[in-house]
Amino acid sequence: MSTNALEGDGAAGDLAGGQPVNRERRYFLIGATAAIGAVGAIAAAVPFVQSWLPSAKARAAGAPVRIDISKLRPGEMLGPIPAWRGKPVFVVRRGEETVMRLEENSPDLADPTSDNLGMQPEYARNAWRSRKPEIGIYLGLCTHLGCSPKYYGSVRPEPFDENWQGGFFCPCHGSRFDLAGRVVKAVPAPDNLEVPPHRFISASVVIIGEDEETA
Amino acid sequence: MSVRILLLAAALAASPTVLGAATGWPMQPMTPDLEDQPSLQRGLGLYANYCLGCHALGFQRYERTADDLGIPHDVALNELVFTGQKIGELMTTAMDPESAKAWFGAPPPDLTMVARVRSPEWIYNYLKTFYIDESRPFGVNNKVFGNVGMPHALIGLQGAQREACPAGTADCRELVVEAGSGLLTQEQYDQAAYDLANFLHYVGEPMRLERQRLGIYVLIFLAVFGVFTYLLNREFWKDVH
Amino acid sequence: MEQAKGRIPKIWSSLVGWLDERFPVTETWEYHLSKYYAPKNHNFWYLMGWLATFVLVNQLLTGIWLTMSYIPSGEGAFASVEYIMRDVEFGWLLRYLHSTGASAFFIIVYLHMFRGLMYGSYRKPRELLWLIGMAIYLVLMAEGFFGYLLPWGNMSYWGAQVIVSLFGAIPFVGPDLMEWIRGDFLMSEITLNRFFALHVVALPLLLVALVFVHFVALHHVGSTAPDGVDIKKHKDASGKPLDGIPFWPYSVTHDVHATVVFLFIFCAVVFFAPEMGGYFLEKPNFEMANPLKTPEHIAPVWYYTPFYAMLRAATYPLFGVPAKFWGLVVMAAAIVIPALLPWLDRSPVASMRCKGLASKSMLGVFVLSFLVLGYLGITPPSPWATALAQLCTVLYFAYFMLMPWYTQVEKTTPPPERIAPR
Repeated sequence: MSTNALEGDGAAGDLAGGQPVNRERRYFLIGATAAIGAVGAIAAAVPFVQSWLPSAKARAAGAPVRIDISKLRPGEMLGPIPAWRGKPVFVVRRGEETVMRLEENSPDLADPTSDNLGMQPEYARNAWRSRKPEIGIYLGLCTHLGCSPKYYGSVRPEPFDENWQGGFFCPCHGSRFDLAGRVVKAVPAPDNLEVPPHRFISASVVIIGEDEETA
Repeated sequence: MSVRILLLAAALAASPTVLGAATGWPMQPMTPDLEDQPSLQRGLGLYANYCLGCHALGFQRYERTADDLGIPHDVALNELVFTGQKIGELMTTAMDPESAKAWFGAPPPDLTMVARVRSPEWIYNYLKTFYIDESRPFGVNNKVFGNVGMPHALIGLQGAQREACPAGTADCRELVVEAGSGLLTQEQYDQAAYDLANFLHYVGEPMRLERQRLGIYVLIFLAVFGVFTYLLNREFWKDVH
Repeated sequence: MEQAKGRIPKIWSSLVGWLDERFPVTETWEYHLSKYYAPKNHNFWYLMGWLATFVLVNQLLTGIWLTMSYIPSGEGAFASVEYIMRDVEFGWLLRYLHSTGASAFFIIVYLHMFRGLMYGSYRKPRELLWLIGMAIYLVLMAEGFFGYLLPWGNMSYWGAQVIVSLFGAIPFVGPDLMEWIRGDFLMSEITLNRFFALHVVALPLLLVALVFVHFVALHHVGSTAPDGVDIKKHKDASGKPLDGIPFWPYSVTHDVHATVVFLFIFCAVVFFAPEMGGYFLEKPNFEMANPLKTPEHIAPVWYYTPFYAMLRAATYPLFGVPAKFWGLVVMAAAIVIPALLPWLDRSPVASMRCKGLASKSMLGVFVLSFLVLGYLGITPPSPWATALAQLCTVLYFAYFMLMPWYTQVEKTTPPPERIAPR
């Protein structure tokens, strides 16, 4: 590529101009055209990029879900249910003993006081990580690499932990969480299980996916 | 703007003339206005109450419609959704297609794009030209849709309309509504037909206003860009003799 | 400042040097772009090649993006197009860019081919270039045809049904061939699936390959000039054509400005008249495919209508073979016959500027008959329309068949030795 044209003798042979070339004007026009063209190219890319966002269909499928928990008994888990944005959600009802045990803040936990604020709404920042001590609602995706952990609700020795106090165990890479979804120290998962936004519209019906802020 | 008008004129001039299908009914003009939100809202209300029971808008979502027409979601859910659906869902009907087929001979068609297949003008005239014809299965016929296979859903609003020609006239073009037989006056009914046609025009291509708005910016940008590319071209081509 | 300026080109040149040892970067760049000389009197008609490339890129990009949300099934195809139009962010824009782009592609390609007829771009040594171009045109027609089925609207369905039925006119094998093409006893999801594969994978690959070969051939023989001057004849001491202009800055500034003007018109359609009054997007196609109901008035998309009119113009059975078959023959011949141009044109001169009155009027007659046929193809058949279509078909073929004769007998003027100063 030659820049000769800017000097006025770039054209072949006898095409060279008779009048002196205004180099500054040429540089300005090249710069201005290139700049506007770049803006246009970026603007033209917007539809292509935006079209990858979740569509109205995806958003509708991921709409808040209403769940009846009246039949859920202590120690049991409902789920995984495709509740929030279609992702698996665990709903557990904890017995009194479990609730008390959770309040003790075992030293084995990595983040017992839910200091990572991104993992739960403010109303779930307590020992049980829930609105009501007995009802826990967690996103059933391991914070390590996104496998869905399994529910091991009973207090009994398990192959992965002889001193198991009940909770969630991820079969993919062995991460363990207690019954409040709090991650145990020294496992691959870095964070507690996420608590999705939710609210109770009655004692036994909960809407997962929206709360007072997002509704 | 003038480009837009020119293009519209070109498109209109080029489009095949819309006659009342094969019937040759002289169409009354109808110009849709998508900026008229009250009209679109009334049209949606009429559609939800009189049409949606049978005719789905199966490609359109309640949420989109409510947002575009300036209706709050809770109002939309209470006033328009009779099927227990969520706001994000498609505007389908609760009617079972099998029984619909038994009643009407064919399931009532989805009307999402009817305004693009026909035209808003056609819908407007269609809604206005139902008339009593006892020889038809549903007791009515239509002037722009001959031997129509559905009842006149808005007859309660419009009232009983009849042909007003001497008996035996082959192609009667006079229709008269029996006074006091409908809930609405003729002007009110015309407005209702307009609102419905206007609403269906919206549903046919809900992004139309957005498209035109964006188009203005795109054309302005290209016009400015064009000035620079013109000057650039002229500047360099000074060299070529 | 001065130091920095010196350093960057050094890094650049050593990088280019490294690459050049392993791949002909500089050589390719110079051969195809920076040192490719075009005649200095290139006009409007010479912009079409670049614009066609530009639209091809648009079709590829928007097409790939549409494929991301489209569902090629009988149940899902129509709904997925409306899903793109309504639910996907900017999906409507991608679709209108693609549908308008299809029509724009044909407008540009027809103008590009007309340039060839006017300036004799098919003549020696450009016969192969012309044939590759014809192959591109055929692939483009097939691409448009297969793509038109994908929205699975009622016009898609019946339009494809009509075109596939054409093959039924072939004696002996016709009916079996139709079933083979459809993979079914009627147009169905099975047909849709294979058309989808052809439209989004097979033909685009072929098209891109052919366009590449078209470029290679063009840059080997060079562009024609409007007045038939060969710019390679007169070169300066350094080997630059005296009547040529280099790619940068002259072709670039021309093409960039042309692109912006084109985009202005194109976007005016995309944003304000995407249906183009029912010509770019046809009204019955907003209704889902219905194997039991043909649209009242069925016509192919506008870019096929000249050939469709010729198909319908064949109404006489000949040699005991039904007219339907001759319609197919006439149509196929009309599409393919421009490929013979390099050997039909016996004129001593290339450009219409130097050719005689006979060539000029025959080209005019040809263009007129093509346009009239295009118009007749979109109108419902009637006796006078059929008669007019028959006349235009004869004129269309006369342009080609009589060319060896009228190009030889007419009086021509010799082309200038050099391109005149502007």
